[in-house]
Amino acid sequence: MRALCWVAADEVAVREVPDPELRNERDVIVRVRRSTTCGGDLPLLAGRDPLLRAGDVLGAEFLGEVIEVGPAVRRHRTGDRVVVGASVACGGCWYCRQGLHSCCDNSSADLASADPDRKGSDAGGFGRPRAAGGFAGGHADYVRVPYADVVAFPVPEAVDDDRALFAADAAPAGWSAAEVGAVRPGDVVAVWGAGAVGQLTAWAAVRRGAAQVLVVDRYEERLRMAEWYFGAEPLDYRRTDVAAELRERSGGRGPDVCVVAVGWSAAGRFGGRSADHPDALREAVYACRKSGVVVVLGGSAGFVDAFPLGTVTDRRLTLRGARRPDLRDVPMLLDRMARDELRTEQLATHRLPLEDGPHGYALFRDRADGCVRAVFTP
Amino acid sequence: MGRLARAGPALGSAALTGAARLLRVPGRRGRTGADGDPGAPARWQVVTVDRPPEQVLPDGRWPEPLRRLGGAVEVRVRPAPGDRGTELAARPLAGGTPPAGLAAHLVGDDPGLVVRRALRQVKQRVEAGEVLRADRSALDRRKAHG
Repeated sequence: MRALCWVAADEVAVREVPDPELRNERDVIVRVRRSTTCGGDLPLLAGRDPLLRAGDVLGAEFLGEVIEVGPAVRRHRTGDRVVVGASVACGGCWYCRQGLHSCCDNSSADLASADPDRKGSDAGGFGRPRAAGGFAGGHADYVRVPYADVVAFPVPEAVDDDRALFAADAAPAGWSAAEVGAVRPGDVVAVWGAGAVGQLTAWAAVRRGAAQVLVVDRYEERLRMAEWYFGAEPLDYRRTDVAAELRERSGGRGPDVCVVAVGWSAAGRFGGRSADHPDALREAVYACRKSGVVVVLGGSAGFVDAFPLGTVTDRRLTLRGARRPDLRDVPMLLDRMARDELRTEQLATHRLPLEDGPHGYALFRDRADGCVRAVFTP
Repeated sequence: MGRLARAGPALGSAALTGAARLLRVPGRRGRTGADGDPGAPARWQVVTVDRPPEQVLPDGRWPEPLRRLGGAVEVRVRPAPGDRGTELAARPLAGGTPPAGLAAHLVGDDPGLVVRRALRQVKQRVEAGEVLRADRSALDRRKAHG
C-alpha cells in the first residue's frame, strides 16, 4: 500500500509499505478515506523526536471504512464508516474507566516495560514513533486500529467525511481544553493560537456559556475564521498590545481562563524564539486573572526554563496540561456535527491527494496560502 | 502501609488479604540491588491493576506470564488504596533458579526488565483482555518471510 513516511528532517515521501495486519483480537483494519495534518506532527517532521525512524508512517487523525475485523470486536462490522480517535485506549484500565483515555495504561505497546521512569506510559497514538509505543499513522491506504471498540466511532450518515474528520482530534481537543479550564457561564476566555484546535476551543468556550472569547494570533485568515465560524473576537498581536487589550476587555481583572494552543513549532512564529522560549505561555500566565486557570495544549513542549513560576504562586493560578484529548466526547461532537451545530469542514483549507502529502506538509508547516489544515485523500 | 501478601506460584485466598511480613532477601553477589547497592536485594517492580486481587490472581495462582518465572522471582500482592484495584509487585529472587532461557535476562544489565514486562502483560491481560502487540516493522516482516 502507499503511505506518507517520514524520511529525514523536513522531508516526507509517499512510499510503498507492507499492508497492515490484524495483530490483536480487538483490532480492525480501516481503509482510509480522509486524513489530516496536525500540529503534533510538526516536531516529528522537523526531526525533533530521536525515536522516529525513517519509514515511520505519519498521520494522527483519520477517518475511513472498516474492511477487516478481529474476532473480539463487538461494535464494528466491515463496511462501517468510522472516525478514529487520536488516543489509542484499552477502555479497561483505571484511567480509561475515569474517561481519561489519553492517560491509558495499556495502549503504548511495550513501552512502559522498558522505561520504569515513565511510571506507566501515556496513551499510544497513531503516526507516532513505534519505539515510543506509537502505531503507524493514517496518511496511508490502510491502517490497523487497536482496541477498535473503544477507539473507533461510527459516523452518522448526516455527517460527511470532511466534517467528521475533525472529530478524531481537533474538536475533542478543543472541547477538552474548555472542560479542563472549567469554563463557566459569564467567563472571559482567551485562546492563544487560531489553528484548528484554537478555533474549536473558542467554539467550545462559547458553547459552555463564556461571555467573551478572544483569540490571539497574527494570521488574519485564521482570525477571521475564528470570528466568522465560531463567534470569537480576534486579537492580532502584531497590531495590538495583547496584555493591555485583555485587561481592558475583562474589566481590569484578566481572563478567567487562558488556553495556549499554539503548538510546538508555532511558538517561534508566534513571537517566541523557539519551543524553549514560549512567549505565548508566558503572556497567558501574566494575563490570567488571580486564581484563574491556564491550560497548555499540545505535545513536545519539552523543557521550559525562565518560566514565571512566581506569577503562578503569587496569583494562585491553576496550570493544567493536555497532550491528546480523551475519547468520551467524540460521540457527542459527532451528534452536534449531525445537527449542524458544529461545522468544521472549512478547516480543511487544502484538500490534496495522498501523493501530494509532501506539498501539503510544507503548506501546513509554513502556514502558507492560508493553510489551516491539509487534508489528504488516498 | 497497606496489607501485604508475599506469594509463591500458588497461594491461598487467605494470603491475598492477610497481613504478611516483608522479609529482606539477601542480595546475590555480583548483582546490583536497589539503589545501586550490590548487597541490597533487587528493588520491587510494581503495577497497579484496576481489578480486585481475586481477579488478578484467580484461585490464588500466579497469572501468566508471571507463572513462568516461578522459582526466579518473588511476588507481593495487596489491595490498592482508594479502590484502585490491586498492587502487584515482583522482583528477582536472590538465589532463585531461573527457568531455562531467562537466566540472561535475570542477571543482565537490567534484570528488572523481564519482571516489568511480565507485570505489564499481567495488567494488560486482566484489564484489556489481551497483550497489545506493536506493529511489525518492515525488518520483522522480512525475518518472518525468510
